[in-house]
Amino acid sequence: MTMLAAIFALAVGTYLIRLSGPLLRKRMTLSAYTEKVVKAGATVVLLALTVTSTFLVEGSWAGWALPAGVLVGGALAWKRAPLAVVVVAAAATTALLRLVGVA
Amino acid sequence: MLTSLLRGADRALLRDVAALAAGIFVAAISFGAIASAQGVPWWQSSAMSALVFAGASQFATMGIMTTGGGLLAGVAAGLILNLRHVPYGMAVGGIYWTSLRSKLVGTHLLLDQTTAFALAAGDDRRRARTAFWTVGLTLFVTWNIGTVVGALAGQFIADPETLGLDAALPAILLALVIPGLRDKRTLAAGIVGSGVALGTSLFLPAGLPVLLALLGLVVMWRGGTKEAR
Repeated sequence: MTMLAAIFALAVGTYLIRLSGPLLRKRMTLSAYTEKVVKAGATVVLLALTVTSTFLVEGSWAGWALPAGVLVGGALAWKRAPLAVVVVAAAATTALLRLVGVA
Repeated sequence: MLTSLLRGADRALLRDVAALAAGIFVAAISFGAIASAQGVPWWQSSAMSALVFAGASQFATMGIMTTGGGLLAGVAAGLILNLRHVPYGMAVGGIYWTSLRSKLVGTHLLLDQTTAFALAAGDDRRRARTAFWTVGLTLFVTWNIGTVVGALAGQFIADPETLGLDAALPAILLALVIPGLRDKRTLAAGIVGSGVALGTSLFLPAGLPVLLALLGLVVMWRGGTKEAR
């Protein structure tokens, strides 16, 4: 019963959070420059999310295998490799490092 | 010429979305499997995936609820993790802010990945719109099927960490933000912001550090006033 209440509360709250971005946006008059900053803001949050989830797992050091895989994927993406190549290379790097005993 | 170019672009998009969907499918299976292992019935984890549709918060809330952390703590942790959707909605909300139905459905499809794909399309609004809807609808289906599969058969599936699949989703997000980071001031803001997020992760609950990364934007503001002068 409490699980159902949690699911419902999280669903409603998350929907309202998702709704608030476009509503805030409508209240602001966006010049070309603020538009650029708002887009950069989303990029910055996505990068920070990537960086924290690459180096930290549940608040502590993720070990070497995970960041190594993500960095290999990122380097390939920088070279404009397709996403499928990025994914396979990242997962393979991390898996191989773990296989040879690197955490 | 133009049509073949467009068809080529669409194929590239579909190929990228397929790679992303594979990663999300594995994450969804993990979610369903972990929930079942904690004794949550399959229809509850499935209801959560359909109604919440935000992976990290589902793992967090489910984890706290099943370990006796309580309703308030569980929901609060999930909602704090989801606050990052506010800057996402400000950046890409215009894409689906058209008809009422588009607004209602688009809002539910606002994710890390739909935002990243839409931003990666650059200033081409048509491409951004195609990317947002293709990614959003594909991931909604994938996430929900994966949850059911994981909840019912998760114990028969290999550990995603052994396969290195925990590296897949961060690598995809990194790949998608790279076009935006080719702009030097966005890159500077991103580096400063990620530093802030890493540092504050040591003492703040998950979800707040990535929002504090927005402090990195001061780099752009200073650059902007310099240009204005």
